[in-house]
Amino acid sequence: MTDEKKSCLSASGLTKVFGFGRQKTVAVDHVDFNFYEGEIVSIVGESGSGKTTLAKMLLGLISSTEGEIYVQGKKRDISTQKKKREYWKSIQAIFQDPYSSYNIFNKIDSVLLDCIHMRGGRKLPHTKKVELMAEACSFVNLKFEELTNKYPFELSGGQMQRLMIARIFLLKPKILFADEPTSMIDACSRATILDELMQLRKETGMTIIFITHDIGLAYYVSDSVCIMEHGKFVESGSADDVILHPKEAYTQRLINDVPKIHEAWDLSTV
Amino acid sequence: MSNVMLEVKELTTKYVTRFGEDVYAVDHVSLKVEEGKSLGIAGESGCGKSTLALSLMGYYFPPLHYTSGEIIIAGQNITAMPPDEVRRSILGTEIAYIPQSAMNALNPTEKIISFIEDVIQAHGLYITKKDIYERARKLFEILGLPAEVLQKYPVELSGGMKQRTVIATSVLLLPKVLIADEPSSALDVTSQKMVIKMLRQAMENGLIDSMIFITHELPLLKNVTDDIMVMYAGQIVEKGTAEETVFDPLHPYAKGLMGSIIVPEKGLRDVKLTAIPGVPPNLKNPPAGCRFAERCKFVQPECTANSVALRDAGGGRAYRCILSKRELKEAYAREASQ
Repeated sequence: MTDEKKSCLSASGLTKVFGFGRQKTVAVDHVDFNFYEGEIVSIVGESGSGKTTLAKMLLGLISSTEGEIYVQGKKRDISTQKKKREYWKSIQAIFQDPYSSYNIFNKIDSVLLDCIHMRGGRKLPHTKKVELMAEACSFVNLKFEELTNKYPFELSGGQMQRLMIARIFLLKPKILFADEPTSMIDACSRATILDELMQLRKETGMTIIFITHDIGLAYYVSDSVCIMEHGKFVESGSADDVILHPKEAYTQRLINDVPKIHEAWDLSTV
Repeated sequence: MSNVMLEVKELTTKYVTRFGEDVYAVDHVSLKVEEGKSLGIAGESGCGKSTLALSLMGYYFPPLHYTSGEIIIAGQNITAMPPDEVRRSILGTEIAYIPQSAMNALNPTEKIISFIEDVIQAHGLYITKKDIYERARKLFEILGLPAEVLQKYPVELSGGMKQRTVIATSVLLLPKVLIADEPSSALDVTSQKMVIKMLRQAMENGLIDSMIFITHELPLLKNVTDDIMVMYAGQIVEKGTAEETVFDPLHPYAKGLMGSIIVPEKGLRDVKLTAIPGVPPNLKNPPAGCRFAERCKFVQPECTANSVALRDAGGGRAYRCILSKRELKEAYAREASQ
């Protein structure tokens, strides 16, 4: 890592403990990291490794038990609702399940219109708003004319997830969390979503934090990869280093367990 | 020539919607699985993979209806059999089916052993509980599962273990064909590997004679099955051995699928993934011509006119396209050079 890169999001000693006494579960255990501006970082871990809990803490949806979060070098302050709203303008997320990410009573127009309003475009003339919405839709290869007056559930899963990216395109946050955005989508539309996310990074220079259990996917999209096991980062570094030359036994096991195309899959190791 | 365990000839099944429309989700599908072989079925969601699995069992319940074709399991034609008869004498003993979320089938209030007792008794094998336990224990031993699992409740088991328990139960009555519909899609990579290993063991130990494996994950299919069949909009578009289908696909759709594979291997970041534009056709009124024509890069005027038949490409391979093997190869080479 070069020194010129500006830190975008960092944390020190971040911990989340659920329950207490005998039922105490340490979901995230003293995690330190520093993500840079314009980077795509993947957090890879098996189910139950605490990656979603970490994301929720960073998004400000749950409080942390211990540790500090720094946004662009400054300590994060979301003590009041107003500050929280301000924070969410710079940090956004795409979740796993596109079907439950929308308000079913809102039409697609109003979903997108909300984003424009949130960016301070409430007073813009209507034609300008439509123009912005159409631009966002064409960015993700959807046709805005076909979407007006439709409800989100009338779209397919892949289209919904792309609409989610269109929202992000309008909101232009500094940091985007993508929590398994392709796990509910089949292999063919997966490539489209990933390419659109990478395009988004290119155009807006946002930091994308990609949370996944699929190590192949992480390797494809990200600049650096963090491997998480039982709430701890066991290995992190550039994608090529971590995936092609893993040092930790856990990472090696994870990579070995994925079926490959050109290499043989060794079934004897489980 | 080894024994043919399952043979399906031109099977067509349809869903009838509540408005009375017919949706042909499986359209003239023929396949053959030999003893000791496994067949993989690939395709995107909604292409009819799971419907095909349901149809293969010959056990239809509304809205799924049988239209035409034949199903022959180990020489026995089950096409004309009434559903009750199929249920009693075919399911479980001749053909077993593991649905997508099989692990949710376990009753949370009962121990695993009583689930197994139920399975055995439902098939009219009235043996004592002690014998059932012995039989289950032996089976679990062969498949590498701990015998303590039998005395546990489903909530005490992890997702991977539950899935393996259900698979073990499904091979208890030594079916000739096992249909596994996405048996590992809800599991993490290590559990997935264990499930696959167990299916292999079941095959090697003669618990099952052949297997049909359904998934949309191509790297998995390449490593698990001998043959791969690619489905699109209810039809087979390509058939061949796993190696051929993955490394040298003929049909443009299969080619597109192979272009979207993501594996953590060297060189993945250098290639650009190719996505197939558009969406599959609505099967309520499928296009008259080639069903893939709308999304195909090499579409020609003739494509949309008449329906395209499955063409034999030699060596057990077949594909559904009007272009010849040579023309397709040239088209792919031209595309790659651009």
